[in-house]
Amino acid sequence: MGEFKVHRVRFFEYLPSAIRALAFNKDSERMAVARTDGAVEIFNFSDNYFQEKVIPGKDSRAAETLCWLHHRLFAAGLNGEITEYDLENLKPRSSVETFGGPVWTIGCNRQGTMLAAGCENGTVKIFEVQEEKIQLQRSLERQKGRILSLSWHPSGAQLAAGTMDMIRIFDVQTGCATHRLLVDRGVGTCRNREVVVWSVLFLSDRTVISGDSAGKVQIWDGATGTLIRTHLVTKWDVLALAVSQDESSVIAGTSEGTVVQFQFLPSTMGQQEKEWVRTRTFKNHSHDVRALIHTDTAVVSGGMDTQLVVRPLLDKVEKNTQESSMRKILFPHKPLVDCAHRAGLLLFQFTDHLELWRLGESEGQGKPGESLPVKKKPEKLIHLKKKGDDHICSSALSSCGGWLVFSTICSVRLYRVQLSNNTVSLTKVSKLPRILCWAHQLCFSADSSRLFAAGARSSVHVFSLSQSECKHIHTLRPKSGSRQPLHLLCVSQDGHWLAAANTDCEVTVYDLKTMKLHCTVPVYSSCPTAMAFHPVYNNLLMTHADQQLSEFSVQQRSYTEWSRALHRRGLHPLWLKRDTPVTHITFNPTNPAHILLHDTYMFCIIDQTLPLPDEKSVLFNQMMLRSLPESERMRHSHAFKICKNFQNILCFDLLEDQSLVVVERPLLDIMSQLPAPVRQKKFAT
Amino acid sequence: MVGHGEIRVVHRGGSKLHFRAPTISADSCFLACASGDCVKVFSTSTEECIHHLRGHTDLVTGTLLRPSNHLQLYSCSLDGTIRLWDFTDGILIKTFVVNLPIYSMVASAKHEGVVFVVTPTHGDKRSGLFQLVAVQLPPSPQQQGEVLDLSAVIDDVSSNPAATAFGREGEFIASVKGSRLEVYFFRKEKSFRFSLKENNEKNKKNTFTCVACHPKDDCIVVFNLMMTLLLLLFILRRNLNQKKEYTYLTLHWHHAAVSSLCFTPQGTNLLSGGVESVLVQWRYKQENQKDFLPRLGGAITHISVSPDGVLFCTSHSDNKITVIKNNVKVSAVIQGLVKGERVRTDLLVDPRSKVLVLNGRPGHLQFYSLQRDKLLYNLDIVQQEFIHEDGLQQFEVVHAAFNSSGNWLATVEERQQKSADVELHLKLWAFQEQTQSSWFFWQFHPDWAPHEAQVTALSFCPSADHQTTMLVSTSKDGHFKAWAAGSDTEGPSWSCDFVGTYHGLVPERCCFSADGSLLAVSFQKVVTLWNPNSWELVTTLSQPPGTIRHLCFGRLSCSKYLLGTTSENLLCCWNLLTCTLEWSTAVETTLLLDDPRSENVAAFSFQEGNTDLFVFKPNEPRPLFSHKAVCSGRVARAVFAPREELLEACEESSQWLNLSQLYFLTPHMDLMTFTTKVEEERLMASSKPLVINDSVAETPFSLLLGKHRRQHENEERVLSGSVEASAPPQGSSAVRELLQTPAHVLPSTSFLCSMFVQSLLVSVTDSRSKNKPVEEEMASDNEEEDSEEEMEPSSRSERAPPPTDSTAAATAVAAPALTKAELRELKRVRRLDLSWLSGVCS
Repeated sequence: MGEFKVHRVRFFEYLPSAIRALAFNKDSERMAVARTDGAVEIFNFSDNYFQEKVIPGKDSRAAETLCWLHHRLFAAGLNGEITEYDLENLKPRSSVETFGGPVWTIGCNRQGTMLAAGCENGTVKIFEVQEEKIQLQRSLERQKGRILSLSWHPSGAQLAAGTMDMIRIFDVQTGCATHRLLVDRGVGTCRNREVVVWSVLFLSDRTVISGDSAGKVQIWDGATGTLIRTHLVTKWDVLALAVSQDESSVIAGTSEGTVVQFQFLPSTMGQQEKEWVRTRTFKNHSHDVRALIHTDTAVVSGGMDTQLVVRPLLDKVEKNTQESSMRKILFPHKPLVDCAHRAGLLLFQFTDHLELWRLGESEGQGKPGESLPVKKKPEKLIHLKKKGDDHICSSALSSCGGWLVFSTICSVRLYRVQLSNNTVSLTKVSKLPRILCWAHQLCFSADSSRLFAAGARSSVHVFSLSQSECKHIHTLRPKSGSRQPLHLLCVSQDGHWLAAANTDCEVTVYDLKTMKLHCTVPVYSSCPTAMAFHPVYNNLLMTHADQQLSEFSVQQRSYTEWSRALHRRGLHPLWLKRDTPVTHITFNPTNPAHILLHDTYMFCIIDQTLPLPDEKSVLFNQMMLRSLPESERMRHSHAFKICKNFQNILCFDLLEDQSLVVVERPLLDIMSQLPAPVRQKKFAT
Repeated sequence: MVGHGEIRVVHRGGSKLHFRAPTISADSCFLACASGDCVKVFSTSTEECIHHLRGHTDLVTGTLLRPSNHLQLYSCSLDGTIRLWDFTDGILIKTFVVNLPIYSMVASAKHEGVVFVVTPTHGDKRSGLFQLVAVQLPPSPQQQGEVLDLSAVIDDVSSNPAATAFGREGEFIASVKGSRLEVYFFRKEKSFRFSLKENNEKNKKNTFTCVACHPKDDCIVVFNLMMTLLLLLFILRRNLNQKKEYTYLTLHWHHAAVSSLCFTPQGTNLLSGGVESVLVQWRYKQENQKDFLPRLGGAITHISVSPDGVLFCTSHSDNKITVIKNNVKVSAVIQGLVKGERVRTDLLVDPRSKVLVLNGRPGHLQFYSLQRDKLLYNLDIVQQEFIHEDGLQQFEVVHAAFNSSGNWLATVEERQQKSADVELHLKLWAFQEQTQSSWFFWQFHPDWAPHEAQVTALSFCPSADHQTTMLVSTSKDGHFKAWAAGSDTEGPSWSCDFVGTYHGLVPERCCFSADGSLLAVSFQKVVTLWNPNSWELVTTLSQPPGTIRHLCFGRLSCSKYLLGTTSENLLCCWNLLTCTLEWSTAVETTLLLDDPRSENVAAFSFQEGNTDLFVFKPNEPRPLFSHKAVCSGRVARAVFAPREELLEACEESSQWLNLSQLYFLTPHMDLMTFTTKVEEERLMASSKPLVINDSVAETPFSLLLGKHRRQHENEERVLSGSVEASAPPQGSSAVRELLQTPAHVLPSTSFLCSMFVQSLLVSVTDSRSKNKPVEEEMASDNEEEDSEEEMEPSSRSERAPPPTDSTAAATAVAAPALTKAELRELKRVRRLDLSWLSGVCS
């Protein structure tokens, strides 16, 4: 495996923002996540929870609520607008003003014809869904307090809305409130405070389930408007509710960070009469659970602690499979760090600024595992703020460190970076070609002479860079004519080949000499999460969301022998069970057989010369190998050399001087920057 | 029990009450509890023991109300029998022989005539594997029945009774062992297994400890030790052989192991308790509402609920049963002999009340009556709050001594924080003559330590005159101190009379001669003899090598001898007149004890893992009695308790037990004693169980009805000229009958009233002339009576209280008052009674 000098970087102060809303689309198995900074992320549940798309946020716009309508995604927020997102170009498509003040909640009926929005001024506005837009149809009877939650009856004829101190049931046809369900206030001092119905569910048997700020989950008969049962779940708030598809299970998220499950059960076997019984409790969050999704097999929860937790229901999934393990999605699945190999610079991408750092230097030699004395501390060279409201969606740093580029959804800025001994100068390239107005993926060639930008409809724009100029050369388009955006771009070391992957799982290889499409890689069912060209053989190495690995020979336009052998043998079950995707691949120039890759919890060096591990061999055998004598080691070693010394890795790269850069972001650091959770009684305090 | 000729080692008093969960009777009046070899029946209101159900020959491992008759009780034992008792009257009804040691027992009303017992797999106790076996109890009317019909239900179960429970109306049975829960469905005859992951995080095993099932819903509660939470499993569908058909709810309150779980009969509440000694009452389906009953004493080991749900019962590790009303208020406490982890004081007998005194609850001395087998009271010596926490050093009572008249008690308590740093208190307690129960305590200044190091021995001078009470204490600081009580105007005051040392050696033991004229103090290898009046050193004795471990003077005719044991396994006897060694023998003695009433000395010796007992007189080195292998392990505490009534044993080997009884504590803290055959016979005679037909005679109906029968018999006997003894006045018997019979089983008041009034009248009429028409009317009944009498064993006529002329006259007067309708009613009642009787027999 070899020994490396490692730059252990912990100065990337990345702070993910809290999850505000979740929406799940059963048809496409996509889940939309709204964060408090306004970003909306799309996860593909059928493809191992891979984060396919990120729609960058905007300062003035933060989604409070999300709603899928077939394949259209709507969001509304406190700015009083309902926004529809363009999922192909990853930006808002259109916005409609509700004229009811801030919008707290939206929901569409099961038929997909109506969209209801609950507003601050106490009105529920019904919008008609049209082909390209939505149009205000009517307002339901106005209430006193704000409408904080609403839920359609599956028939579409009725609608339950949670307000302050009560739940209203509306008849959509007439627009009148038919029932008024009064919700009890809390006891003691909370009696004076009005209770907020944070979430409400309207089931097909006309049962209404509500969660409120007094910590109750209440079950009502919506036909008669009577209370059936009260479950006191927490001392604080019940913030979110979600129901399973078959309406036999309801989950409630509390501000204590717990998720409580209720199930519709008969008290004895075979009995017809059922009741809602509190069953399991999941505690996976340290802070408020703000949003919940109940899929058929799992509970998905997100909240103030910024993590997205997928907790499988163990009675619904097979034991000991990839599905049955709990996963926490901490970091975005696309790299936020770019590394200039030659210059030893790191570029950190935040939502509103970029940071350019020079790595420190150390002296002396040490034993493996020891830390070396730092001679020169790492240095922050540039703090570059974005202009305007829109957040940064992509950025790139050339490997010589001379060029820096970033893009928001409406502008691209390219800078020339000049580093002399102590001075740093940053020159903006003023005249950019008009075609380079936004790009959701940016990439420099290895010799920094070219810039590649991913454009609309999976196209790649190629620009040539000279001293202070940027010229558009060509636009490469795939044959398939896919409308999906590109999410990966990579260039070969010699600048001959360019590979582009889109979320339709298509990988296209272009010949940059002829500016023509060279070939497409056979479409695999799982989306590529990272790819790179081998510096010597120009083979394209890809990792997929289902943890598969493949190597494609560009010259022969087919998978290589090693890749075929790997597929025949199959990967080790432990490797397949990992729950975070590989986000970066790099190679060791001194040893071309070595592939370096990493995910959040480990990095791995794959030695293509060594035999592949079979199912029974120990995958994590580094410690065992170390204890064996030199002669024995060869017999036990296999191609996968995994190191788990570093945790919560955001970036892992090999510099030109054979030293490794590992950018870590410990969870404790993130936790310490979050606001304090609600006070909880701890045992024996 | 170790049988040895005539003299046996038996449990006598002080046995465990918390070994198994108590059973509460259906009317919540009685509580049956396995205690050693017998079952004790207590009253839940008065806390008194009503019956000892004796009959088992080994440890009783479970009690159970018979599901089909709540007046009867099953008990099972390691001796391989299941016995059926009438626990209200203390009668053994039947014995079922299983021939396998039984560790626990469950039953359900749905399974008529079947009990489920836990026995070792293949009958092999050593394998440590147990199985749940269904035992079909034969319905034969014989007293003793051999059980042949055994069928295994679940293999590999836990022997702990809390680990097995019946589910909803006996539909299924759930059992936990280790990390596995197994549910067996009787209807489908299929079992379902649910197991946890086996991981050993933080040295906590991921295991279930106990299980309970909801009586009406399909809900099973188990306790998981690793997560310290209760898991409510709801079964969704019956065929659990496919998984995914359950869901669960976790409840968390306990922070340590829960040892027992119990649902109330209606299933509205769930009770749990464990090490915290807090009874937690959870509301079923409103689990975040719970009630607590804290500070119950020792750790809760078992919880049981009465069938009507009125009473709860918790057993505690300090040998206590707490009876709790269902409004979570303690109503009664039944306390057995408190057994701590170890006894630091010697076993003592209070000379005044002849009760056993030893360490009880932490910081207390308990006064335990051996005759009544009842804890009298606890005397709080330390008078500080005990804190339940591991590793906390707290004050312990380490020595206690009574003076010969029993009006002074000396105690030494110590707290050892580190080896060098000892905190000591010497307290002297005076018995309050006026109140007859309380002890007044007289303490030296609390800051002033009586000794600088640990006290090794404490002894009162057995002087005849009560004016000068003297106490000697020896300590590791090299001194022994004599404390004398002087009479002040305000009362007695204690002061140090003499401080003695001997060449700076550490005194280990001290002992007064029987008349108080000599004090022997052992200083390592040397025994010094002092005159307690003048405090001069009389002489020294030594028998090197080896330090002296025990010292005792001979008594009565042997008072010239001093006995001692050394660490080099030597038992020596010195003649004090000649100051020479009389005899010595090599035996490893762990305890040397003299009988205060005779010359006998008992020595417990440890050999090859067992303790042997020798009883001898100091003047002859030949043992009077020896008993090999009294128990395993070392016996460190024993006492001679004087008998209240002397035993007349003629055999030589058991004569030493005539005056006093020897009790000892085994290493497992069981209080054992020696008993002779004579004594056993006497005990059996006193508590001889009534034979089965007595139960017929005793029932209220038969008492009432029996009169008619007796009348017949009486007449017959009169005719045959048999002589009868006189009986108590008939009026009182009728009244007693009325008052003693529970109201709900009495016949109608109109029937009783006339009888009662008649009983008050003085009969003047000629009974015979009036009797005749009744006889005619009752002739038809005679057939039935005859057949009934056939069923009854023949002893009835002998044991039934002989009726007299006067009672016959009374009933004869009463009988004509009955109308025909009443008689018919009476007949009907009798038939009912008979059918119930046949239920008793089966």
